[in-house]
Amino acid sequence: MFEHVNVVAGGVFVFFFALVTVLGFIAARWKAADLDHLLEWGLGGRRFGPWITWFLLGGDLYTAYTVIAVPAVIYAIGAFGFFAIPYTIIIYPFLYLTLPRLWAVSHRRGYMTAGDFVLGRYGDRWLELAVAATGVLATMPYIALQLVGMEKVIAALGFSGEGLMQHAPITIAFVILALYTYRSGLRAPAMIAFVKDAMIYVFVIAAVVIIPYELGGFGEIFAVAKAAYAAKVAAKAVPAAGLTLAPGQIGPYVTLALGSAMALFMYPHALTGALAASSAQTIRRNTMTLPAYSFVLGLIALLGMMALAAGVHAETPQDAVPQLVLWAFPDWFAGFCFAAIALGALVPAAVMSIGAANTFTRNIWKPFIHPQMRSREEAFVAKLVSLIVKLGALMVIFFMPTRFALDLQLLGGVWMIQIFPAVIFGLYGRWFAGPALLGGWAVGMVLGTALAWGEKAWTPIHDTGLGFAAYNGLTAVAANLVVAALLSLVIRSTAPDETTPEDYDDFAFG
Amino acid sequence: MKPLLLFVPCLVALWAPLYNVEAPTLFGMPFFYWFQLLLIPVSAATIFAADRIARR
Repeated sequence: MFEHVNVVAGGVFVFFFALVTVLGFIAARWKAADLDHLLEWGLGGRRFGPWITWFLLGGDLYTAYTVIAVPAVIYAIGAFGFFAIPYTIIIYPFLYLTLPRLWAVSHRRGYMTAGDFVLGRYGDRWLELAVAATGVLATMPYIALQLVGMEKVIAALGFSGEGLMQHAPITIAFVILALYTYRSGLRAPAMIAFVKDAMIYVFVIAAVVIIPYELGGFGEIFAVAKAAYAAKVAAKAVPAAGLTLAPGQIGPYVTLALGSAMALFMYPHALTGALAASSAQTIRRNTMTLPAYSFVLGLIALLGMMALAAGVHAETPQDAVPQLVLWAFPDWFAGFCFAAIALGALVPAAVMSIGAANTFTRNIWKPFIHPQMRSREEAFVAKLVSLIVKLGALMVIFFMPTRFALDLQLLGGVWMIQIFPAVIFGLYGRWFAGPALLGGWAVGMVLGTALAWGEKAWTPIHDTGLGFAAYNGLTAVAANLVVAALLSLVIRSTAPDETTPEDYDDFAFG
Repeated sequence: MKPLLLFVPCLVALWAPLYNVEAPTLFGMPFFYWFQLLLIPVSAATIFAADRIARR
Protein backbone atom coordinates (compact mmCIF):
# COMPACT_ATOMS: atom_id res chain seq x y z
CA MET A 1 0.00 0.00 0.00
CA PHE A 2 2.78 2.38 0.95
CA GLU A 3 5.73 0.74 -0.84
CA HIS A 4 5.53 3.04 -3.86
CA VAL A 5 4.81 6.20 -1.91
CA ASN A 6 6.97 9.17 -2.79
CA VAL A 7 8.20 10.01 0.72
CA VAL A 8 9.34 13.58 0.10
CA ALA A 9 6.24 14.57 -1.89
CA GLY A 10 4.03 12.72 0.58
CA GLY A 11 5.67 14.47 3.54
CA VAL A 12 5.13 17.94 2.07
CA PHE A 13 1.57 16.97 1.22
CA VAL A 14 0.79 15.80 4.77
CA PHE A 15 2.42 18.92 6.25
CA PHE A 16 0.11 21.28 4.37
CA PHE A 17 -2.88 19.12 5.11
CA ALA A 18 -2.08 19.25 8.82
CA LEU A 19 -1.61 23.03 8.61
CA VAL A 20 -5.07 23.68 7.20
CA THR A 21 -6.62 21.25 9.65
CA VAL A 22 -5.33 23.44 12.48
CA LEU A 23 -6.62 26.52 10.64
CA GLY A 24 -10.00 24.86 10.16
CA PHE A 25 -10.46 24.46 13.91
CA ILE A 26 -8.99 27.86 14.81
CA ALA A 27 -11.45 29.45 12.36
CA ALA A 28 -14.21 28.96 14.95
CA ARG A 29 -12.70 31.83 16.98
CA TRP A 30 -12.20 34.10 13.98
CA LYS A 31 -14.60 37.09 14.01
CA ALA A 32 -15.99 35.38 17.08
CA ALA A 33 -19.76 35.03 17.34
CA ASP A 34 -22.35 32.54 18.47
CA LEU A 35 -21.97 29.64 16.05
CA ASP A 36 -25.28 28.20 17.24
CA HIS A 37 -26.99 30.72 15.01
CA LEU A 38 -27.38 29.60 11.41
CA LEU A 39 -26.52 33.08 10.12
CA GLU A 40 -23.15 32.84 11.87
CA TRP A 41 -22.40 29.17 11.18
CA GLY A 42 -23.76 29.02 7.64
CA LEU A 43 -23.10 32.52 6.34
CA GLY A 44 -20.24 33.83 8.46
CA GLY A 45 -22.60 36.47 9.86
CA ARG A 46 -22.50 38.25 6.46
CA ARG A 47 -19.26 39.87 7.55
CA PHE A 48 -16.75 38.91 4.86
CA GLY A 49 -15.13 41.94 3.24
CA PRO A 50 -13.67 42.22 -0.29
CA TRP A 51 -10.47 40.29 0.45
CA ILE A 52 -11.99 37.38 2.31
CA THR A 53 -14.78 37.16 -0.27
CA TRP A 54 -12.22 37.11 -3.05
CA PHE A 55 -10.33 34.20 -1.53
CA LEU A 56 -13.47 32.38 -0.47
CA LEU A 57 -15.32 32.68 -3.80
CA GLY A 58 -12.14 31.99 -5.75
CA GLY A 59 -11.50 28.88 -3.70
CA ASP A 60 -15.14 27.91 -3.87
CA LEU A 61 -15.76 28.27 -7.61
CA TYR A 62 -12.43 27.19 -9.08
CA THR A 63 -12.42 23.74 -7.55
CA ALA A 64 -9.98 20.83 -7.46
CA TYR A 65 -12.19 19.09 -9.93
CA THR A 66 -11.81 22.04 -12.29
CA VAL A 67 -8.03 21.93 -11.95
CA ILE A 68 -8.12 18.25 -12.95
CA ALA A 69 -11.02 18.17 -15.42
CA VAL A 70 -10.47 21.23 -17.62
CA PRO A 71 -6.90 20.28 -18.60
CA ALA A 72 -8.15 16.69 -18.97
CA VAL A 73 -10.50 17.79 -21.76
CA ILE A 74 -7.70 19.78 -23.40
CA TYR A 75 -5.44 16.76 -23.09
CA ALA A 76 -8.07 14.54 -24.67
CA ILE A 77 -9.52 16.70 -27.47
CA GLY A 78 -7.83 20.10 -27.44
CA ALA A 79 -9.54 23.44 -28.03
CA PHE A 80 -12.97 22.37 -26.81
CA GLY A 81 -11.78 22.29 -23.19
CA PHE A 82 -11.17 26.02 -23.41
CA PHE A 83 -14.94 26.63 -23.18
CA ALA A 84 -14.20 27.28 -19.52
CA ILE A 85 -12.74 30.65 -20.60
CA PRO A 86 -15.78 32.22 -22.32
CA TYR A 87 -17.80 30.65 -19.50
CA THR A 88 -15.84 32.53 -16.86
CA ILE A 89 -15.71 35.71 -18.96
CA ILE A 90 -19.45 36.11 -19.35
CA ILE A 91 -20.23 35.28 -15.76
CA TYR A 92 -18.82 38.44 -14.15
CA PRO A 93 -20.65 41.20 -16.06
CA PHE A 94 -23.80 39.21 -15.40
CA LEU A 95 -23.00 38.92 -11.69
CA TYR A 96 -22.16 42.62 -11.52
CA LEU A 97 -25.72 43.41 -12.56
CA THR A 98 -27.67 40.76 -10.67
CA LEU A 99 -25.87 39.73 -7.48
CA PRO A 100 -25.88 43.12 -5.71
CA ARG A 101 -29.67 43.12 -6.03
CA LEU A 102 -29.90 39.62 -4.58
CA TRP A 103 -27.50 40.57 -1.79
CA ALA A 104 -29.48 43.71 -0.96
CA VAL A 105 -32.84 41.99 -0.75
CA SER A 106 -31.34 39.06 1.18
CA HIS A 107 -29.70 41.39 3.65
CA ARG A 108 -32.87 43.38 4.22
CA ARG A 109 -35.20 40.40 4.48
CA GLY A 110 -32.83 37.96 6.17
CA TYR A 111 -32.65 35.51 3.27
CA MET A 112 -29.84 32.97 3.27
CA THR A 113 -30.67 30.82 0.25
CA ALA A 114 -32.25 31.04 -3.20
CA GLY A 115 -35.25 29.21 -1.75
CA ASP A 116 -35.72 31.91 0.91
CA PHE A 117 -35.76 34.59 -1.76
CA VAL A 118 -38.16 32.75 -4.06
CA LEU A 119 -40.60 32.21 -1.18
CA GLY A 120 -40.45 35.86 -0.20
CA ARG A 121 -40.89 37.09 -3.75
CA TYR A 122 -43.52 34.71 -5.09
CA GLY A 123 -45.17 33.54 -1.87
CA ASP A 124 -45.19 30.00 -3.24
CA ARG A 125 -43.83 27.30 -0.96
CA TRP A 126 -43.90 24.64 -3.67
CA LEU A 127 -41.67 26.77 -5.86
CA GLU A 128 -39.43 27.22 -2.82
CA LEU A 129 -39.32 23.45 -2.41
CA ALA A 130 -38.48 22.94 -6.10
CA VAL A 131 -35.66 25.48 -5.95
CA ALA A 132 -34.26 23.98 -2.75
CA ALA A 133 -34.52 20.35 -3.86
CA THR A 134 -32.79 21.15 -7.15
CA GLY A 135 -29.91 22.75 -5.25
CA VAL A 136 -29.42 19.88 -2.82
CA LEU A 137 -29.73 17.27 -5.57
CA ALA A 138 -27.21 18.95 -7.87
CA THR A 139 -24.71 19.61 -5.09
CA MET A 140 -24.27 15.98 -3.98
CA PRO A 141 -22.47 14.67 -7.10
CA TYR A 142 -20.45 17.90 -7.23
CA ILE A 143 -19.02 17.21 -3.77
CA ALA A 144 -18.30 13.64 -4.83
CA LEU A 145 -16.29 14.94 -7.76
CA GLN A 146 -14.11 16.99 -5.42
CA LEU A 147 -13.16 13.66 -3.89
CA VAL A 148 -12.30 12.32 -7.31
CA GLY A 149 -9.92 15.24 -7.83
CA MET A 150 -8.33 14.58 -4.47
CA GLU A 151 -7.99 10.87 -5.10
CA LYS A 152 -6.19 11.51 -8.37
CA VAL A 153 -3.39 13.41 -6.64
CA ILE A 154 -3.18 10.94 -3.76
CA ALA A 155 -2.79 8.16 -6.32
CA ALA A 156 -0.04 10.19 -8.02
CA LEU A 157 1.79 10.34 -4.68
CA GLY A 158 2.17 6.59 -5.03
CA PHE A 159 -0.51 5.43 -2.64
CA SER A 160 -2.26 2.29 -3.78
CA GLY A 161 -4.71 0.21 -1.82
CA GLU A 162 -6.99 -2.74 -2.40
CA GLY A 163 -10.73 -2.77 -1.81
CA LEU A 164 -11.93 -0.47 0.93
CA MET A 165 -8.36 0.62 1.75
CA GLN A 166 -8.22 2.23 -1.67
CA HIS A 167 -10.34 5.06 -0.32
CA ALA A 168 -8.73 5.26 3.13
CA PRO A 169 -6.85 8.57 2.57
CA ILE A 170 -9.84 10.53 1.31
CA THR A 171 -12.01 9.03 4.03
CA ILE A 172 -9.62 10.34 6.68
CA ALA A 173 -9.37 13.70 4.91
CA PHE A 174 -13.12 13.97 4.68
CA VAL A 175 -13.78 13.03 8.29
CA ILE A 176 -11.37 15.76 9.41
CA LEU A 177 -13.03 18.21 7.03
CA ALA A 178 -16.45 17.22 8.33
CA LEU A 179 -15.37 17.83 11.93
CA TYR A 180 -14.02 21.31 11.46
CA THR A 181 -16.85 22.33 9.17
CA TYR A 182 -19.27 21.13 11.83
CA ARG A 183 -17.49 23.25 14.40
CA SER A 184 -16.49 26.39 12.50
CA GLY A 185 -19.04 26.57 9.69
CA LEU A 186 -18.30 28.86 6.75
CA ARG A 187 -15.38 30.45 8.61
CA ALA A 188 -13.34 27.25 8.11
CA PRO A 189 -13.29 27.22 4.28
CA ALA A 190 -12.89 31.01 4.26
CA MET A 191 -9.72 30.74 6.31
CA ILE A 192 -8.36 27.69 4.48
CA ALA A 193 -9.01 29.42 1.16
CA PHE A 194 -6.21 31.90 1.89
CA VAL A 195 -3.67 29.08 2.05
CA LYS A 196 -5.16 27.07 -0.79
CA ASP A 197 -5.45 29.94 -3.25
CA ALA A 198 -1.95 31.22 -2.53
CA MET A 199 -0.60 27.71 -3.14
CA ILE A 200 -2.54 27.34 -6.40
CA TYR A 201 -1.12 30.65 -7.66
CA VAL A 202 2.44 29.55 -6.81
CA PHE A 203 1.88 26.17 -8.46
CA VAL A 204 0.45 27.62 -11.66
CA ILE A 205 2.98 30.42 -12.06
CA ALA A 206 5.83 27.94 -11.54
CA ALA A 207 4.23 25.52 -14.00
CA VAL A 208 3.73 28.00 -16.84
CA VAL A 209 7.26 29.33 -16.47
CA ILE A 210 9.22 26.13 -15.92
CA ILE A 211 7.37 23.59 -18.06
CA PRO A 212 7.40 25.55 -21.35
CA TYR A 213 11.09 26.21 -20.69
CA GLU A 214 11.72 22.49 -20.31
CA LEU A 215 9.65 21.69 -23.40
CA GLY A 216 11.26 24.27 -25.66
CA GLY A 217 8.66 27.05 -25.60
CA PHE A 218 4.96 27.42 -26.34
CA GLY A 219 5.51 27.12 -30.10
CA GLU A 220 6.98 23.68 -29.64
CA ILE A 221 4.24 22.62 -27.17
CA PHE A 222 1.44 23.58 -29.54
CA ALA A 223 3.18 22.00 -32.54
CA VAL A 224 3.62 18.65 -30.76
CA ALA A 225 0.08 18.79 -29.40
CA LYS A 226 -1.31 19.53 -32.87
CA ALA A 227 0.37 16.44 -34.28
CA ALA A 228 -0.92 14.36 -31.35
CA TYR A 229 -4.52 15.51 -31.95
CA ALA A 230 -4.20 14.79 -35.68
CA ALA A 231 -2.99 11.30 -34.85
CA LYS A 232 -5.92 10.74 -32.46
CA VAL A 233 -8.43 11.83 -35.11
CA ALA A 234 -6.72 9.71 -37.78
CA ALA A 235 -6.87 6.68 -35.47
CA LYS A 236 -10.56 7.48 -34.86
CA ALA A 237 -9.87 7.51 -31.12
CA VAL A 238 -11.96 10.69 -30.83
CA PRO A 239 -14.43 12.22 -33.32
CA ALA A 240 -12.82 15.67 -33.29
CA ALA A 241 -9.72 17.15 -31.70
CA GLY A 242 -7.34 19.95 -32.54
CA LEU A 243 -5.85 23.32 -31.68
CA THR A 244 -9.03 25.03 -32.88
CA LEU A 245 -12.67 24.00 -32.83
CA ALA A 246 -14.08 21.71 -35.52
CA PRO A 247 -17.18 23.27 -37.17
CA GLY A 248 -19.46 20.90 -35.29
CA GLN A 249 -17.94 21.91 -31.95
CA ILE A 250 -18.75 25.61 -32.21
CA GLY A 251 -22.42 25.32 -31.22
CA PRO A 252 -21.64 23.12 -28.19
CA TYR A 253 -18.70 25.37 -27.21
CA VAL A 254 -20.80 28.53 -27.13
CA THR A 255 -23.91 27.03 -25.55
CA LEU A 256 -21.93 25.11 -22.93
CA ALA A 257 -20.17 28.34 -21.95
CA LEU A 258 -23.43 30.30 -21.74
CA GLY A 259 -25.39 27.56 -20.00
CA SER A 260 -22.66 26.83 -17.46
CA ALA A 261 -22.44 30.53 -16.64
CA MET A 262 -26.19 30.73 -16.10
CA ALA A 263 -26.13 27.65 -13.87
CA LEU A 264 -23.13 28.49 -11.69
CA PHE A 265 -24.66 31.03 -9.35
CA MET A 266 -27.81 28.98 -8.93
CA TYR A 267 -25.74 26.43 -6.99
CA PRO A 268 -26.13 26.76 -3.21
CA HIS A 269 -22.37 26.91 -2.66
CA ALA A 270 -21.91 29.84 -5.05
CA LEU A 271 -24.77 31.80 -3.47
CA THR A 272 -23.56 31.00 0.04
CA GLY A 273 -20.14 32.42 -0.79
CA ALA A 274 -21.68 35.55 -2.31
CA LEU A 275 -24.32 36.21 0.33
CA ALA A 276 -21.67 35.97 3.06
CA ALA A 277 -20.20 39.21 1.67
CA SER A 278 -20.42 42.24 3.95
CA SER A 279 -21.99 44.52 1.33
CA ALA A 280 -23.26 44.69 -2.24
CA GLN A 281 -20.18 46.76 -3.01
CA THR A 282 -17.96 43.89 -1.85
CA ILE A 283 -19.64 41.73 -4.47
CA ARG A 284 -19.28 44.36 -7.20
CA ARG A 285 -15.61 44.76 -6.48
CA ASN A 286 -15.18 41.01 -6.62
CA THR A 287 -16.67 40.81 -10.10
CA MET A 288 -13.68 42.92 -11.17
CA THR A 289 -11.05 40.97 -9.21
CA LEU A 290 -12.27 37.38 -9.48
CA PRO A 291 -11.33 37.22 -13.19
CA ALA A 292 -7.74 36.81 -11.93
CA TYR A 293 -8.78 33.25 -11.10
CA SER A 294 -10.21 32.82 -14.59
CA PHE A 295 -6.85 33.76 -16.01
CA VAL A 296 -5.17 31.18 -13.81
CA LEU A 297 -7.76 28.65 -14.91
CA GLY A 298 -6.83 29.40 -18.53
CA LEU A 299 -3.20 28.71 -17.71
CA ILE A 300 -4.18 25.53 -15.86
CA ALA A 301 -6.12 24.45 -18.95
CA LEU A 302 -2.94 24.78 -20.99
CA LEU A 303 -1.29 22.24 -18.65
CA GLY A 304 -3.32 19.63 -20.53
CA MET A 305 -1.57 20.69 -23.71
CA MET A 306 1.81 20.59 -21.96
CA ALA A 307 1.12 17.07 -20.66
CA LEU A 308 0.48 16.01 -24.24
CA ALA A 309 3.66 17.69 -25.46
CA ALA A 310 5.71 16.19 -22.63
CA GLY A 311 4.39 12.78 -23.59
CA VAL A 312 3.54 11.83 -20.01
CA HIS A 313 1.77 8.57 -19.51
CA ALA A 314 -1.77 9.19 -18.29
CA GLU A 315 -4.09 6.23 -17.89
CA THR A 316 -7.12 8.49 -18.07
CA PRO A 317 -7.14 12.16 -19.18
CA GLN A 318 -7.73 13.10 -15.52
CA ASP A 319 -4.26 11.80 -14.68
CA ALA A 320 -2.66 14.22 -17.14
CA VAL A 321 -1.99 17.07 -14.69
CA PRO A 322 -0.76 14.93 -11.77
CA GLN A 323 1.55 13.03 -14.10
CA LEU A 324 2.82 16.26 -15.66
CA VAL A 325 3.61 17.64 -12.20
CA LEU A 326 5.60 14.49 -11.35
CA TRP A 327 7.41 14.71 -14.68
CA ALA A 328 8.31 18.39 -14.42
CA PHE A 329 9.09 19.10 -10.77
CA PRO A 330 11.34 17.82 -7.99
CA ASP A 331 9.56 15.70 -5.39
CA TRP A 332 9.15 18.38 -2.75
CA PHE A 333 7.49 20.79 -5.18
CA ALA A 334 5.31 18.04 -6.64
CA GLY A 335 4.10 17.42 -3.08
CA PHE A 336 3.37 21.13 -2.75
CA CYS A 337 1.37 21.14 -6.03
CA PHE A 338 -0.60 18.07 -5.04
CA ALA A 339 -1.37 19.60 -1.67
CA ALA A 340 -2.61 22.72 -3.48
CA ILE A 341 -4.97 20.62 -5.61
CA ALA A 342 -6.17 18.53 -2.66
CA LEU A 343 -6.83 21.62 -0.54
CA GLY A 344 -8.62 22.90 -3.61
CA ALA A 345 -11.06 20.07 -3.00
CA LEU A 346 -11.59 20.85 0.68
CA VAL A 347 -12.71 24.48 0.32
CA PRO A 348 -15.51 23.86 -2.20
CA ALA A 349 -16.50 20.60 -0.51
CA ALA A 350 -16.95 22.50 2.76
CA VAL A 351 -18.88 25.39 1.21
CA MET A 352 -21.01 23.00 -0.85
CA SER A 353 -21.98 20.99 2.20
CA ILE A 354 -22.77 24.20 4.11
CA GLY A 355 -24.79 25.60 1.19
CA ALA A 356 -26.74 22.38 0.83
CA ALA A 357 -27.25 22.24 4.61
CA ASN A 358 -28.56 25.82 4.78
CA THR A 359 -30.90 25.09 1.89
CA PHE A 360 -32.17 21.83 3.28
CA THR A 361 -32.72 23.23 6.76
CA ARG A 362 -34.44 26.46 5.80
CA ASN A 363 -36.39 25.44 2.72
CA ILE A 364 -37.22 21.77 3.20
CA TRP A 365 -36.98 20.79 6.88
CA LYS A 366 -38.37 23.93 8.48
CA PRO A 367 -41.39 24.63 6.23
CA PHE A 368 -42.41 21.05 5.59
CA ILE A 369 -41.34 19.02 8.64
CA HIS A 370 -40.86 21.21 11.67
CA PRO A 371 -42.24 24.76 11.27
CA GLN A 372 -41.82 25.71 14.95
CA MET A 373 -38.05 25.27 14.82
CA ARG A 374 -36.10 27.69 16.99
CA SER A 375 -32.86 29.37 15.99
CA ARG A 376 -30.66 26.96 17.94
CA GLU A 377 -32.36 23.92 16.44
CA GLU A 378 -31.98 25.43 12.98
CA ALA A 379 -28.21 25.64 13.38
CA PHE A 380 -28.10 22.12 14.80
CA VAL A 381 -30.06 20.59 11.93
CA ALA A 382 -27.84 22.38 9.40
CA LYS A 383 -24.65 21.11 11.06
CA LEU A 384 -26.04 17.60 11.04
CA VAL A 385 -27.07 17.86 7.39
CA SER A 386 -23.60 19.09 6.43
CA LEU A 387 -22.24 15.84 7.90
CA ILE A 388 -24.83 13.72 6.13
CA VAL A 389 -24.17 15.40 2.79
CA LYS A 390 -20.44 14.66 3.07
CA LEU A 391 -21.15 11.09 4.07
CA GLY A 392 -23.37 10.81 1.00
CA ALA A 393 -20.55 12.07 -1.21
CA LEU A 394 -18.19 9.48 0.29
CA MET A 395 -20.74 6.76 -0.40
CA VAL A 396 -20.95 7.90 -4.02
CA ILE A 397 -17.19 7.43 -4.32
CA PHE A 398 -17.26 4.08 -2.52
CA PHE A 399 -20.08 2.47 -4.41
CA MET A 400 -20.46 4.24 -7.73
CA PRO A 401 -18.19 4.12 -10.75
CA THR A 402 -16.43 7.48 -11.25
CA ARG A 403 -18.00 7.73 -14.69
CA PHE A 404 -21.42 7.80 -13.07
CA ALA A 405 -20.43 10.60 -10.68
CA LEU A 406 -19.18 12.62 -13.66
CA ASP A 407 -22.45 12.07 -15.53
CA LEU A 408 -24.45 13.04 -12.46
CA GLN A 409 -22.48 16.26 -12.16
CA LEU A 410 -23.18 17.13 -15.79
CA LEU A 411 -26.83 16.41 -15.16
CA GLY A 412 -26.61 18.56 -12.02
CA GLY A 413 -25.73 21.58 -14.15
CA VAL A 414 -28.70 20.87 -16.43
CA TRP A 415 -30.98 20.77 -13.37
CA MET A 416 -29.48 23.77 -11.64
CA ILE A 417 -30.07 26.12 -14.58
CA GLN A 418 -33.82 25.39 -14.32
CA ILE A 419 -34.16 27.68 -11.31
CA PHE A 420 -32.56 30.55 -13.23
CA PRO A 421 -35.90 32.06 -14.41
CA ALA A 422 -37.39 32.05 -10.92
CA VAL A 423 -34.34 33.55 -9.21
CA ILE A 424 -33.00 36.00 -11.79
CA PHE A 425 -36.24 37.33 -13.27
CA GLY A 426 -37.52 37.53 -9.73
CA LEU A 427 -34.87 40.14 -9.00
CA TYR A 428 -36.44 42.52 -11.52
CA GLY A 429 -40.14 42.12 -10.89
CA ARG A 430 -42.96 39.69 -10.50
CA TRP A 431 -44.33 39.41 -13.97
CA PHE A 432 -44.03 35.62 -13.75
CA ALA A 433 -46.47 33.84 -11.45
CA GLY A 434 -45.11 31.34 -8.91
CA PRO A 435 -47.12 28.35 -10.18
CA ALA A 436 -46.13 29.23 -13.77
CA LEU A 437 -42.45 29.16 -12.84
CA LEU A 438 -43.02 25.84 -11.13
CA GLY A 439 -44.57 24.48 -14.34
CA GLY A 440 -41.64 25.77 -16.39
CA TRP A 441 -39.19 24.24 -13.90
CA ALA A 442 -40.90 20.84 -14.17
CA VAL A 443 -40.81 20.93 -17.97
CA GLY A 444 -37.15 21.98 -17.94
CA MET A 445 -36.14 19.25 -15.49
CA VAL A 446 -37.88 16.50 -17.46
CA LEU A 447 -36.71 17.74 -20.86
CA GLY A 448 -33.13 18.32 -19.69
CA THR A 449 -32.91 14.86 -18.15
CA ALA A 450 -34.53 13.21 -21.17
CA LEU A 451 -32.17 14.95 -23.60
CA ALA A 452 -29.17 13.83 -21.56
CA TRP A 453 -30.24 10.22 -21.73
CA GLY A 454 -27.77 8.53 -24.08
CA GLU A 455 -27.39 4.92 -25.06
CA LYS A 456 -24.02 4.41 -23.41
CA ALA A 457 -23.58 7.46 -21.22
CA TRP A 458 -25.32 10.70 -20.39
CA THR A 459 -24.51 13.33 -22.96
CA PRO A 460 -24.42 17.07 -22.29
CA ILE A 461 -24.91 18.05 -25.94
CA HIS A 462 -27.81 17.45 -28.27
CA ASP A 463 -28.75 18.40 -31.79
CA THR A 464 -31.32 21.22 -31.71
CA GLY A 465 -32.75 20.55 -35.14
CA LEU A 466 -31.76 24.11 -36.10
CA GLY A 467 -28.55 23.02 -37.79
CA PHE A 468 -26.33 23.06 -34.70
CA ALA A 469 -25.89 21.12 -31.49
CA ALA A 470 -26.41 22.79 -28.12
CA TYR A 471 -25.95 22.22 -24.41
CA ASN A 472 -28.98 20.41 -23.00
CA GLY A 473 -29.22 22.75 -20.05
CA LEU A 474 -29.68 25.73 -22.33
CA THR A 475 -32.23 23.96 -24.54
CA ALA A 476 -34.20 22.86 -21.48
CA VAL A 477 -34.15 26.28 -19.81
CA ALA A 478 -35.43 27.83 -23.06
CA ALA A 479 -38.40 25.46 -22.94
CA ASN A 480 -38.74 26.24 -19.23
CA LEU A 481 -38.96 29.97 -19.97
CA VAL A 482 -41.52 29.58 -22.75
CA VAL A 483 -43.76 27.44 -20.55
CA ALA A 484 -43.38 29.80 -17.58
CA ALA A 485 -44.21 32.81 -19.78
CA LEU A 486 -47.27 31.18 -21.38
CA LEU A 487 -48.60 29.98 -18.03
CA SER A 488 -48.05 33.43 -16.54
CA LEU A 489 -50.37 34.85 -19.18
CA VAL A 490 -53.10 32.49 -17.96
CA ILE A 491 -52.46 32.33 -14.21
CA ARG A 492 -52.96 35.51 -12.21
CA SER A 493 -50.96 35.20 -9.05
CA THR A 494 -52.54 36.67 -5.93
CA ALA A 495 -49.90 35.31 -3.54
CA PRO A 496 -48.24 37.97 -1.39
CA ASP A 497 -44.88 39.48 -2.30
CA GLU A 498 -43.13 40.49 0.92
CA THR A 499 -40.37 42.42 -0.89
CA THR A 500 -40.57 46.04 -2.03
CA PRO A 501 -38.70 47.62 -4.97
CA GLU A 502 -36.46 49.53 -2.51
CA ASP A 503 -35.26 46.24 -1.04
CA TYR A 504 -33.30 45.50 -4.19
CA ASP A 505 -31.38 48.72 -4.60
CA ASP A 506 -28.23 49.86 -2.95
CA PHE A 507 -27.43 52.22 -5.74
CA ALA A 508 -29.29 52.61 -9.00
CA PHE A 509 -27.62 51.84 -12.30
CA GLY A 510 -28.92 54.68 -14.46
CA MET B 1 -28.10 51.92 -22.06
CA LYS B 2 -24.94 52.01 -19.98
CA PRO B 3 -25.16 48.41 -18.73
CA LEU B 4 -24.91 47.32 -22.36
CA LEU B 5 -21.23 48.24 -22.30
CA LEU B 6 -20.75 45.35 -19.90
CA PHE B 7 -21.95 42.85 -22.43
CA VAL B 8 -19.57 43.77 -25.25
CA PRO B 9 -16.79 41.42 -24.04
CA CYS B 10 -19.45 38.76 -23.42
CA LEU B 11 -20.64 38.94 -27.01
CA VAL B 12 -17.07 38.71 -28.27
CA ALA B 13 -16.41 35.74 -25.98
CA LEU B 14 -19.49 33.93 -27.26
CA TRP B 15 -18.76 34.69 -30.91
CA ALA B 16 -16.45 31.70 -31.26
CA PRO B 17 -16.01 31.78 -35.08
CA LEU B 18 -14.36 35.20 -34.60
CA TYR B 19 -11.34 33.75 -32.83
CA ASN B 20 -11.37 30.12 -33.96
CA VAL B 21 -8.09 30.41 -35.88
CA GLU B 22 -4.46 29.53 -35.19
CA ALA B 23 -2.76 32.58 -36.72
CA PRO B 24 -1.44 35.03 -35.67
CA THR B 25 0.45 33.37 -32.86
CA LEU B 26 1.85 35.19 -29.84
CA PHE B 27 4.96 33.73 -28.16
CA GLY B 28 4.14 30.55 -30.05
CA MET B 29 0.57 30.47 -28.71
CA PRO B 30 -2.22 30.19 -31.33
CA PHE B 31 -4.68 33.08 -31.60
CA PHE B 32 -7.51 30.96 -30.21
CA TYR B 33 -5.74 30.73 -26.85
CA TRP B 34 -4.07 34.07 -26.35
CA PHE B 35 -7.06 36.02 -27.57
CA GLN B 36 -9.39 34.40 -25.04
CA LEU B 37 -6.84 34.76 -22.27
CA LEU B 38 -6.48 38.44 -23.15
CA LEU B 39 -10.24 38.87 -23.14
CA ILE B 40 -10.34 38.02 -19.41
CA PRO B 41 -8.55 41.18 -18.19
CA VAL B 42 -10.30 43.24 -20.90
CA SER B 43 -13.65 42.08 -19.57
CA ALA B 44 -12.64 42.88 -15.99
CA ALA B 45 -11.53 46.36 -17.09
CA THR B 46 -14.88 46.85 -18.82
CA ILE B 47 -16.71 46.08 -15.60
CA PHE B 48 -14.45 48.55 -13.80
CA ALA B 49 -15.18 51.23 -16.42
CA ALA B 50 -18.92 50.58 -16.34
CA ASP B 51 -18.84 50.83 -12.56
CA ARG B 52 -17.04 54.19 -12.71
CA ILE B 53 -19.51 55.53 -15.26
CA ALA B 54 -22.44 54.33 -13.17
CA ARG B 55 -21.17 56.14 -10.09
CA ARG B 56 -20.56 59.47 -11.76
